[in-house]
Amino acid sequence: MGLLLTYSVKNLSSRRLTTLFTVLGMGLVVFVFAAVLMLAYGLEHTLVSTGSTENAIVIRDGSNTETVSILMRDQAGAVKTDPLVALKDGLPVAANEIVVLISGEKRKNGDAANVIIRGTTPEAFTLRPEVKLVKGRMPAPGTSEVLAGASVAKNFKGCGLGEKVHFAGRDWDVVGVFDSGGRSFDSELWGDVDQVQQAFRRPIYSSITVRLKDPSRFEEFKKRLESDPRLTVEAQREREYYARQSRAGATFIRVIGLAVTVLFSLGAVFGAMITMFAAVSSRTVEIGTLRALGFSRRAVLRVFMVESLALGLLGGALGLAPASFLSFVSVSTTNWDTFSELAFRFTLSPTIIIGSFLFGAIMGVVGGFLPAYRAARTEIVGSLRKA
Amino acid sequence: MSVFRLLMKNAFRHRLRAVLTVGGVGVAILAFGLLRTVIAAWYAGVESAAPDRLISRNKISITFPLPLAQETQIERLTGVTGVTHGTWFGGIYKDPKNFFAQIALAGPESFKFYPEIVVDPAAVEAFGKEPQAAIVGSALATRFGWKVGDVVPLKGAIYPGDWSFVIRGIYTGGKETTDVGTFYFPWNAIEQRLEKEWPDRAGHVGWWIIKIDDPAKAASISQAVDAAFENSSDETITETEAAFQQSFVAMSGTIILSLKVISFLIIGVILLVAANTMAMTARERVSEYAVLKTLGFGGGRIFFLIAGESILLALLGGAVGLLLLWPTVHGVGAMLRQYFPAFPTDPVTFAMGAVAALVVGIAAAIFPYWRAMSLPIARGLRRVD
Repeated sequence: MGLLLTYSVKNLSSRRLTTLFTVLGMGLVVFVFAAVLMLAYGLEHTLVSTGSTENAIVIRDGSNTETVSILMRDQAGAVKTDPLVALKDGLPVAANEIVVLISGEKRKNGDAANVIIRGTTPEAFTLRPEVKLVKGRMPAPGTSEVLAGASVAKNFKGCGLGEKVHFAGRDWDVVGVFDSGGRSFDSELWGDVDQVQQAFRRPIYSSITVRLKDPSRFEEFKKRLESDPRLTVEAQREREYYARQSRAGATFIRVIGLAVTVLFSLGAVFGAMITMFAAVSSRTVEIGTLRALGFSRRAVLRVFMVESLALGLLGGALGLAPASFLSFVSVSTTNWDTFSELAFRFTLSPTIIIGSFLFGAIMGVVGGFLPAYRAARTEIVGSLRKA
Repeated sequence: MSVFRLLMKNAFRHRLRAVLTVGGVGVAILAFGLLRTVIAAWYAGVESAAPDRLISRNKISITFPLPLAQETQIERLTGVTGVTHGTWFGGIYKDPKNFFAQIALAGPESFKFYPEIVVDPAAVEAFGKEPQAAIVGSALATRFGWKVGDVVPLKGAIYPGDWSFVIRGIYTGGKETTDVGTFYFPWNAIEQRLEKEWPDRAGHVGWWIIKIDDPAKAASISQAVDAAFENSSDETITETEAAFQQSFVAMSGTIILSLKVISFLIIGVILLVAANTMAMTARERVSEYAVLKTLGFGGGRIFFLIAGESILLALLGGAVGLLLLWPTVHGVGAMLRQYFPAFPTDPVTFAMGAVAALVVGIAAAIFPYWRAMSLPIARGLRRVD
């Protein structure tokens, strides 16, 4: 078998040009395949990692997302005093926040995109320990000072450190930049809850996020709040809340991307077939010789299948290599659930790596089967006579 | 023998390889066309926008409403021939997955602003009388199997509570790009409820739809509208309907850009398949080209022979792909109704597919031609494989 394997591989390198064309073709297909999956996974990963398993978020029943939810001050009080809310220094670890969308202007092309401004309290940092101030300082309480998430600071006009951003009839000073490690908070502006309420003349909250004393008792917490006649709220695990927002977008990218990739991979499969048929027909004499030496039909079939499999795997490697560089590319799109801009990265996962090689291998095997079958059926005498 | 016959004979000398090449190019052109159609579907809203309609929204963001009192001020501006309003409802029909646009319109007069919405006048009349009357797009009706008279329950998200509407009419699109996936109902339905339950939220609309007498004055009228509310507590941003729609397209900019890049990579795959075939062909025919050169064929004629063959194969493939595109788009369009209310087949897509095939045909011939020409005649004749 070792001999046959080297025979296969040497054949590939002896017909360098056609091998190159075929492998490049399959490489392009695998590149697109991997890129599409990385995009969908990046979107999912950003949102799923945003929510903590220890926190619960409470919004108005039926409102689906914070951006359209409305809670009254007295309702917020009732949620915060629930016995399952964790305490720190005798105070509940809970943030009552107001979330408002403002129309921002992109630095790159001046396009308008919606940015979330989150009016919050200092507890927000206890609830989300992954959010860290990386530049500047914390805003002074009771002022029009805001923090910008790393992506917002980079992508939106007026949102960088030391700049001023104008909305709701005020100029807001960006005094600090925070980084939440690629979570969706990086796409938000954070300010003081009372200031945001006043500026937008909305004396309400959008959501209340709490740390649970015991996350395994979430169902109990949920049931108590949702059956409370004073409240018309729904409680969700924070992780679940954010994960849900990624579903529609990620599914859309996968459906469109994979449908097109699978369709045009057929083009590359035809290319592999052309190459393999040519490989078989130019080696008729050699195949006859192998058969005359006693190699079985099955062995000949295997030789050519291995050759086309190698083509496919090479294509897989060639496509995956440039795709993996996409990990350094940050992109943004609108999160249609919240209607706000969300920055994320192409993200590679082990599943995508395995999937890409598998996809390349399948293209190679499918493209190589018919030619290999023809090779295996070669008549010894007839093929040797050709010489 | 005419040159064209020679081309045909050459192209199909290796029948299996020719068929595979045509098949490979065809499938890839189909994928290219499909992707281009999806990209075009994104712009359907921009394409269907009327030049004499302006949209005015709250400057903070589209999620902030505008007070009803602005209407009379806008009406008074010169160049404005009519004002109506729309409001995004954002309710959920049974499951969040069943997303579709629900827009509350001022009243029956709003339909006069949209001549491309074709609907039974009786339905429009009912729209004016019953706050629960809904007029829905034909694609939406097909998607959920709705008929006139059906009751549609919606769970409010922006406007809390349970709502229900009765379908009084199903509209069709006057143009291929008309959005036929929207659910319209009278603004009064929201207003009556807010007056009772949330008095501070009553008396507001989502955006103004402004009809103007002369599209050439769109910019100055937009400025006049915004100036009228400058420094008030509800500042506006006014732009043409096309620009308004474009801002939604821009929100998906990254996705659209990715699709565009992929569509060009597909052309790369087609090129590689065709180039592979042509490289093999040229390799086999080295001695023939040498004979032709001996007979006095110039470079131009040899290029014509090689390029002719590869263009022939590529165009055949292109034709196969584009013929299949039409039924495929219809199938896929039905699948993607949820995302795209209009899914038009764009003649530009067909033209692009044909041009792509042609370019691939020519490009695939360059390398084999160079090879044929660079090999000295004597060496070409010596090779007999």
